[in-house]
Amino acid sequence: MTAMPKLATPKLEWRGVDKRFGGQVVLDGLDLAVDAGRSLVIIGGSGQGKSVTLKLALGLLAADAGQILIDGQEMAAATPAARRALYGQVGVLFQGAALFDSLTVWENVAFRLINADRVPRNEARARALDALSRVRLGADILDVYPGSLSGGMQKRVGLARAVAARPDVLFFDEPTTGLDPITAAAINALIVEQVRHLGCTAVSITHDLASARTIGDEIAMLHAGRIVWRGPPAELDTTDNAYVRQFVEGRADGPVAGAI
Amino acid sequence: MGAAAAPLPAALNPVRFVGRSALAGVRRVGSVALFAGRGVAAAFSAPWFLGQTLRQMLAIGFFSLPVVGLTAVFTGAALALNIFSGGGRFNAEQVMPQIVALGITRELGPVLAALMLAGRVSAAIAAEVGAMRATEQIDAMVTLSTDPFRYLVAPRLVAAVLVLPLLTAVADIIGVSGGWLVAVRVLGFNPTVYVRNTMTFIQEWDVGSGLVKAAVFGFIVALMGCYHGYNASGGARGVGRATTHAVVSSAILIFASDYLLTTLFTRA
Repeated sequence: MTAMPKLATPKLEWRGVDKRFGGQVVLDGLDLAVDAGRSLVIIGGSGQGKSVTLKLALGLLAADAGQILIDGQEMAAATPAARRALYGQVGVLFQGAALFDSLTVWENVAFRLINADRVPRNEARARALDALSRVRLGADILDVYPGSLSGGMQKRVGLARAVAARPDVLFFDEPTTGLDPITAAAINALIVEQVRHLGCTAVSITHDLASARTIGDEIAMLHAGRIVWRGPPAELDTTDNAYVRQFVEGRADGPVAGAI
Repeated sequence: MGAAAAPLPAALNPVRFVGRSALAGVRRVGSVALFAGRGVAAAFSAPWFLGQTLRQMLAIGFFSLPVVGLTAVFTGAALALNIFSGGGRFNAEQVMPQIVALGITRELGPVLAALMLAGRVSAAIAAEVGAMRATEQIDAMVTLSTDPFRYLVAPRLVAAVLVLPLLTAVADIIGVSGGWLVAVRVLGFNPTVYVRNTMTFIQEWDVGSGLVKAAVFGFIVALMGCYHGYNASGGARGVGRATTHAVVSSAILIFASDYLLTTLFTRA
């Protein structure tokens, strides 16, 4: 008998995950895995559970059933200290950037360094400036409050905050929503650059196909709480999967019912 | 498969309503208690965010001084007039200084300062924390390895518990001064005698019990602001609702706990 080759543990895995809100089933036995160093983009219509999938992985919501594993370790079962350590490996760019509006830009970028890692403020400020320079922002905005920045700049600051502690896993929640095409392209390019530079695993959710094609090594389509298709970006245009075809062609008729 | 349960007759709707409301009430009490427990545990264990606590002490305490002071001076003045007028019915006008002092230090100082804070601070906390919830800032904080209970809730609880007794002490002094002002300027009391009567009558525990009450009220004000803000949902409307709930529940809990504490203190 030939020995089976040992499979590497995925960096991130949703295993049989169910999630419902009241009587509404949002995720129905979701199985999804991402290997280390890969960039997976989850696409899908509004209300199909993309954000819930992300929040479950981040431990911001609890699954009704199933497991979510980072490096084979279950976030939900982790002790508070272990959970904090897991968060230390993670960076997140939220949909609206989610910058703390009572703190300056550099305090936002260095938030983890100052408050969790207890790095001295001078050093944290220098590291914040370094992170900002990686997203093409300069020292002139260090002491500015986020409210006075444009949406695109807020996203860049959010990205700088996500990469400041050099995470292993990056999550992007609708990174280009609300941005003009040029700014969106710039954000996409920065995301690709940062993911490659850090060599980390990335999971993004979006319904912006241009963004999905740019930042994803692989794309998975979520519908009715399950993955209905998964493949490389090039296959988006060639697959005969009815869900993907409808989504790519932007048709109202098809198996994916609109959210309205 | 079992048969579906038969629908209850409509006549039982009031019973169902009462049952559902009671369960929701119990659930809410439990939820607030758990939230308070987490907040207190965060306040008593490291890491502490002292900078946040000092900032909250400034916001809650220092910036509330004008409103608390104004409320106290007018209340003291009105109280003096009322007691003088009412006391006149049984020739007891001369005990007005003592009753003003007692009323302000034991009851009106802490309660009015707390109510002002409920309107000014509890609402502001609920709005700020609720907006942070709505814009995913609290989620972001969690993913940045920082416990929102330590960073947001505990500093506000500690600051309010420490600061409201100080505000109450100021309100006591200003309130009694308001009474003195009316007594001397309007009612013709001798200023020195008024002060002497007040000082010889008032006991340490009259002031102390008011300060203990104030600490409890401070906890309530910050807790309600944090609780309703933290659990806000539904965008801007949800934040507005959280703000209203924070003020109303703070005020009700201040009055209820005032009665309980007064009962406790007067029996001791």
